[in-house]
Amino acid sequence: MANYSANQFKNGLKIMLDGDPCTMTDVEFVKPGKGQAFTRVKMRNLITGRTWEKTFKSNESAEGADVMDRDMEFLYFDGEMWHFMEPASFEQYAADKNAVGDSHQWLKEQDRCMITLWNDNPISVTPPNFVELEVTETDPGLKGDTAQGGSKPATLSTGAVVRVPLFVEVGDVLRIDTRTGEYVSRA
Amino acid sequence: MTSEHWRPSAPIDNLRRRAEILGRIRSFFAHRDVMEVDTQQLSHRAVSDPFIDSIEAQFRPTPESPAQSLYLQTSPEYAMKRLLAAGAGAIYQLGKVFRNGEVGGRHNPEFTMLEWYRPGLDDFALMDEVEALVAAVLPGFAPERLSYRTLFERELGIDPHRASLTQLQAVCRNHLDADFEDDSRDTWLNLLMSHVIEPRLEGGVFVHDFPASQSALARVREDATGTRVAARFELFIDGMEIANGYHELTDSAEQARRLEADQRCRSELGLPQRPLETRLVASLEAGLPECAGVALGVDRLVMLALGTRSIRDVIAFPFDLA
Repeated sequence: MANYSANQFKNGLKIMLDGDPCTMTDVEFVKPGKGQAFTRVKMRNLITGRTWEKTFKSNESAEGADVMDRDMEFLYFDGEMWHFMEPASFEQYAADKNAVGDSHQWLKEQDRCMITLWNDNPISVTPPNFVELEVTETDPGLKGDTAQGGSKPATLSTGAVVRVPLFVEVGDVLRIDTRTGEYVSRA
Repeated sequence: MTSEHWRPSAPIDNLRRRAEILGRIRSFFAHRDVMEVDTQQLSHRAVSDPFIDSIEAQFRPTPESPAQSLYLQTSPEYAMKRLLAAGAGAIYQLGKVFRNGEVGGRHNPEFTMLEWYRPGLDDFALMDEVEALVAAVLPGFAPERLSYRTLFERELGIDPHRASLTQLQAVCRNHLDADFEDDSRDTWLNLLMSHVIEPRLEGGVFVHDFPASQSALARVREDATGTRVAARFELFIDGMEIANGYHELTDSAEQARRLEADQRCRSELGLPQRPLETRLVASLEAGLPECAGVALGVDRLVMLALGTRSIRDVIAFPFDLA
C-alpha cells in the first residue's frame, strides 16, 4: 500500500497502526505561529472499535491500509458465520462474530449491508439504517390505547428486543432505526 | 461541485461586521498617532524561520525569460523594521500575509495580519496597548498575565526552563499519543503548549517570558530568578493564539547570528535554503530604535467577536474557494 505523509491526511483515510487498520474521523492542522506544525487526528481502530486522538509531526508518514467498503446482500447464518454476496460479481464472503458484532440482530436475509473488507476479509458489517422485521413475541396489544405514551418490549424475528408502543401485536412488521435500535413505525 | 460553488463561505452580515472591526482598528491607531504603512507583499528575500514556509512566486522580465524566485511575505516584520531604522516612528500595518501549507479550521494560507511597532515601549508596555486594542473590539476584555514558567508549573507541574528532554517527552506522552522521536526540547514544549495547555485557557491570557530558545526576533534578558528568557509574549483568547509580540532585538551582530542559525537549522531539517534578509541586519547596524512590536491575527479576532470557531465564517473566499 501507499505511504501517506501527515499533510495528506484527511477524514476517511485508512492507515495501519500497530498492525491494525484504523480510520481517520477528524483531522486538524495545529500550528503555533512560531514552531513546528502538527497534525492531530481522531482515529478509530477498525478491529477493536477503540477511538482516540493521535498527534503526528508534519514530516511523519503512515502506511495506508487496504480497506474498502462494499455493498453486499446478506445470504444466511450457518450457526457460526454470516454469509454475504456481492450482487454484481456473485462473490461470497463469510464474516465471523467479531466482524458482525451487534449488527447480527438487524440482519435479515436479502437485505443490503455495507461490509468493510481489510485485505479482502470482512472486518465489520453495517446494516441498512432502517430494517423491517416481524414481531415474534410480545404481550397482547391493548386496544384503544393508541394515543397513550406507554411502551413494552417486543422480540423480533432476528432475536432483537426493542421497545414498542402498546398497540403492537405479534405478526406486525415494524420499521426499526438500526443506528439507535429504536422503533420507528409499523411497516 | 454544486452550482452554488461561486458563493462566499462567510455570510455577508459577517463581512459587514468584519469591515466595522477593520475600521475600528484604523481609528484606534489614528487616535494614537500611529502611522499606517503598506509595505511590499512580494520580496526578493524570505523569512528565515524554519517552521514558516514562504510561498514562492515566479518573476519574469518578459514572459519568455527565465524565472526568478520571489517570495510572498509571511509577515511585514523585516520591511517595517527597515522603516523604523529609517526614522518612521510608531507604525502599523493591516494587510495580507501568506504562509505555505497552512490550511485548517483556524488557518488559511493567506490571512490578515495587524502588525505594529512602538519606539520607546518594552514588551510589558506593549501588552497594555494590545489589551486596549482588543478591548476596542471585544468589550469587557480583561486578560490575565502570567509567565511561561508559571503557566507550565500551574498546568503541568514542571519548570519549562529546567525540565530535561526526557522529562518533557514523558509529560507529553502522559497526555498525548505522540510516538515520534524528536531531540529538540522546543518541539515538546510547543506540543505541550498547543495540545495540552492552550485548549484549557479560558478568556484572555498573556503569556510572557518565553524560553530563550524560542526568542525568534525578541531580545533575551534575565528574569527575577536569573533564568535567561525571551522578551516575548503571546496572547491567547479562549484557547486560540491571537498575537505574538517582542521587545525587539536591536543588536545587529546577534541578528546576523540568528539568521545564520535558522539557515543551518533549515539545512539540517532538509528544508529549502532561501535568501536571507541581510538588509534587516544592515538596518539594525544603522540603528533600530529601542522598540516593541506585535503581530495579531485579525481573522481570529473577528472570529472571537462573531463567536465562531471557523475561519471560513469570517473570510469571503477561503483557500478552497479562492
